[in-house]
Amino acid sequence: MTWFPEPVSLRSPRAIAVMLFLLCLGLVPVVAAALEQSFYVTLAARILILGLAACGLNLVLGYGGLVSFGHSLYVGLGAYVVGILSFHGIGSGWVHLGATIALCGLVAFLTGLVCLRTSGMAFIMITLAFAQMFFFLGVSLKQYGGDDGLQIATRSDFGAWLSIETNSALYYLTFALLLLTLYLSWRFVHARFGRVLRGAKSNLQRMRVLGFPVARYQVVAYAVSGALCGIAGMLLANLTRFVSPAYMSWTLSGELIVMVMLGGMATIVGPLLGAVVFVLLETVLAAYTQHWMLVLGPIIVLIARFAKRGLYGLLK
Amino acid sequence: MKRLKLLAFGAAMLLCAGAGAQQPIKIGFIGVFSGPQGSLGQDMYDAFMLVVERNGGRLGGAPVEVLREDSQLKPEVANQIVDKLIEKDRVSIIAGVTFSHVMMAIYNKVVGAEVFLVGSNASPSPIAGAQCSPFYFQTGVQNDQRAEATGKYAADKGYKRVYAMAPNYQAGKDFVNGFKRLYKQGLLEEVYTPLNQLDFQAELAQLAAVNPDAVFVFYPGGLGVQFVRQWRQSGLAGRIPLLSSATIDAMNLNALQEAAVGVVHGSPWGPDFDNPANRRFMADFEKRYGRIPSEYAAMSYDSAQLLDSAIGKVKGNVADKKAFQAALKAAEFQSIRGKFRFNHNQLPIQDFYVFGIGKDAKGRYVHQTTAKVLTDHQDAYHSQCPMK
Amino acid sequence: MTWELAFLQALNGLQYGLLLFLLAAGLTLVLGIMNFVNLAHASLYMLGAYLGASAFAGSGSFLIAGAAAVFGTLAIGLAVERTTLLAFYARDHLDQVLATFGLLLFFNELVRVIWGPQSMYMRPPDGFTGTVSLFGALYPSYRFLVIVAGLAVALGMYLLIHYTRIGMLIRAGASNARMVSVLGVNIRLLNTLLFGMGAALAGLAGLMAAPILAVQPGMGDNVLIVVLVVIVIGGIGSIRGAFFGALIVGVVDTVGRTYLPLALRQVAERTIADAAGPALASMLIFLFMAVVLAFRPQGLFPARR
Repeated sequence: MTWFPEPVSLRSPRAIAVMLFLLCLGLVPVVAAALEQSFYVTLAARILILGLAACGLNLVLGYGGLVSFGHSLYVGLGAYVVGILSFHGIGSGWVHLGATIALCGLVAFLTGLVCLRTSGMAFIMITLAFAQMFFFLGVSLKQYGGDDGLQIATRSDFGAWLSIETNSALYYLTFALLLLTLYLSWRFVHARFGRVLRGAKSNLQRMRVLGFPVARYQVVAYAVSGALCGIAGMLLANLTRFVSPAYMSWTLSGELIVMVMLGGMATIVGPLLGAVVFVLLETVLAAYTQHWMLVLGPIIVLIARFAKRGLYGLLK
Repeated sequence: MKRLKLLAFGAAMLLCAGAGAQQPIKIGFIGVFSGPQGSLGQDMYDAFMLVVERNGGRLGGAPVEVLREDSQLKPEVANQIVDKLIEKDRVSIIAGVTFSHVMMAIYNKVVGAEVFLVGSNASPSPIAGAQCSPFYFQTGVQNDQRAEATGKYAADKGYKRVYAMAPNYQAGKDFVNGFKRLYKQGLLEEVYTPLNQLDFQAELAQLAAVNPDAVFVFYPGGLGVQFVRQWRQSGLAGRIPLLSSATIDAMNLNALQEAAVGVVHGSPWGPDFDNPANRRFMADFEKRYGRIPSEYAAMSYDSAQLLDSAIGKVKGNVADKKAFQAALKAAEFQSIRGKFRFNHNQLPIQDFYVFGIGKDAKGRYVHQTTAKVLTDHQDAYHSQCPMK
Repeated sequence: MTWELAFLQALNGLQYGLLLFLLAAGLTLVLGIMNFVNLAHASLYMLGAYLGASAFAGSGSFLIAGAAAVFGTLAIGLAVERTTLLAFYARDHLDQVLATFGLLLFFNELVRVIWGPQSMYMRPPDGFTGTVSLFGALYPSYRFLVIVAGLAVALGMYLLIHYTRIGMLIRAGASNARMVSVLGVNIRLLNTLLFGMGAALAGLAGLMAAPILAVQPGMGDNVLIVVLVVIVIGGIGSIRGAFFGALIVGVVDTVGRTYLPLALRQVAERTIADAAGPALASMLIFLFMAVVLAFRPQGLFPARR
């Protein structure tokens, strides 16, 4: 079995830039420890988690061309899996991970079946509708905190040698999962599956005429992207030790879309890049003025207007 | 040469000591500054800064840096803010905290990190009892208590069928429980509305159909304006007595004006309290901000005074946590309530009153003391707290 | 449950539904005819509330407040359209969603800067602070005014759509926008007119809502989602759909909010039932929309082809 079925020129400037970028991300906890600014690890972990979710969304949005405005649902679901299982005394990280993938994948599969019967504006609306439904479901579950949210006492327990109680350890787990996701996305996209998906994005009729059961491929892609967002949610709950319906809010879905577009739709590393830039922009601007949204709002408009191929596209 | 070195060394030590003393004590002030409840956080912050600024940017003689953070009434935002305050800004003290669900979201994190949490408003029942901590002090009231005062009043007045309404979050439940505890009879009905619901038309129609003897409500800040307005508009005002706690505050009264007259309000403090500390507070606040302070501002002012006295006692060395905790517990300051002392769970033991709404000398609508209902009242959960 | 209570709840549902209609009417036309997703519609609603509340506080006259709200949002809407949104008409939905999302965030912050982060309150106009007696039941007179105003606007739109030339063009555009422009109608002007009308209606909705709800940054965000649900249920591009969809949603939400907790109390503890009730009522609306989309994607009252 080949690890990289498509030729990857590791000497191209783009590849080097990507590797440097990933290396920098990997060194964040080391640098932060040296500077005695543990806060940066928390911030960077948050960025990686959102990047992971954005990569998940990219599978359907970037490669599939399906504008889902409801992917925050899966982030929230993953977070609630951790919260609710912890609440009932089940603290094993492996159980959390397995349950997250299973539940989010299943929910995404089922909602995908319904949503993919529609297209265009209706698709946007129905994905939003499902996210809102679960949002209100979360609010109604008063036993699990409802609107106030649920505190999580200890982080997922992955065994004595893989403890994520410290932020640095959690960061490295997130980083590892992110790298795995990037690799798997790369394989996925270059496999037949991914090619059918991209083909459907550019010309649906043609793919159908060629005999591909496009809908089936799309639903599976949707399920996988849901599971990935779920994992991001699980990590988020661990990072903040808190979960609330706000993790399923539609504004988070909107922000994920911005990250994917900003970084570069239909690229592997793009969404991660988008997450980094978006959160850093938010943090830096917020340090200057509490009215940072006055700047970020128009920036988003400009991105929509001009940066169709995103930052990563600019690097090409 | 040796003397020069000694001199240089001594100067360096002095400089270090001086530099050490100059390091301001960082205090994170978390409140809600935006949305319908924004006026509460602002009032609390303004009162707190009144003391800091009066002392030239110091508390207890040590320079302080107050970092103002907006929770936006969202627990998940407060969660992130606390991470930043503790890890990046390295605050020694977190003050304020307007709302109970925000308090619940950050409590474990703050006391777990051994940062002192000197709250002046939100004090939900779990942290007054079983989850009490040596790092948590409250200069306001335990959530239930404001309602307990009103409940006692209702029992004294002999109302038989009382209908209660509150928002559906920790404090809402606490308030209704507090009312029931001292009202002692069962309630006719308890209705909990979503915290962000501003339109009570549907619930008021239900209430009118039931026709209770009295209604008890807890709707803080902006919710209070909405509720009392709609109460008036639905024609129920004047027909049914409206009893309340933390629903009519000084900011509300600006918007409500005469619409608030007739509402009964239970609280441990009123603007007309006649003691030197309160007179000074009222005068200073009005002079600086041009408005009448609310009870939230009053409690926050007391928390700043508390910190002033405690920091002074440890001579600015808040890093000595045991000593600082003892200094805080001693509570040697002049409270705007007159006397003030902490219970063993580090919540106050204080008197409670009921107030009506009337006009002051300048024709503005204010709270006016009607009667004292509780003396040296302890909160209902202190026995669950294992601290001595 | 007395019939009087049921009647009052129905009126509340009607009032909420009509407020939704004011917002949905503009949005559905813009989406249906111009094929343009405009999330910033929520900002126009919010601006209408702020402008109206400020004008009312300054002048004391509801009519002046109304003029400020309606014409103010009209001006702002057209300005935004000309400068920013024009470039997105030809783009795909994703770009439009993103751009208008950015505008939404921008305006939320702008009002925070101009009017401060705390809420503003607006009294109902003089003469409407009391109650009115309807078939023996007491109902707040201001909300009754909202119902009357909403119905008047609905009637006005009906007459406009069915009895004027412009209305004919709108109906034609809703069925087949391409054909209308091929036939030589100035489509740019029509689009601007549509957008302006939508903006003015949103501003009016904001003004009418101000005395009932608090005027605060972001007040349009959650209403926007409900309005999108309304137009999908009713049928994109259809005013009739917006009207009936809004009424359905308004009544279901109000009635559900009141009666679901009562029903749930039979099976669950009070605070749990009271939390679950309104949340489940909100869920109902989305569930309803999902069902409509699954079985009748063009909506319940689609624009006639």
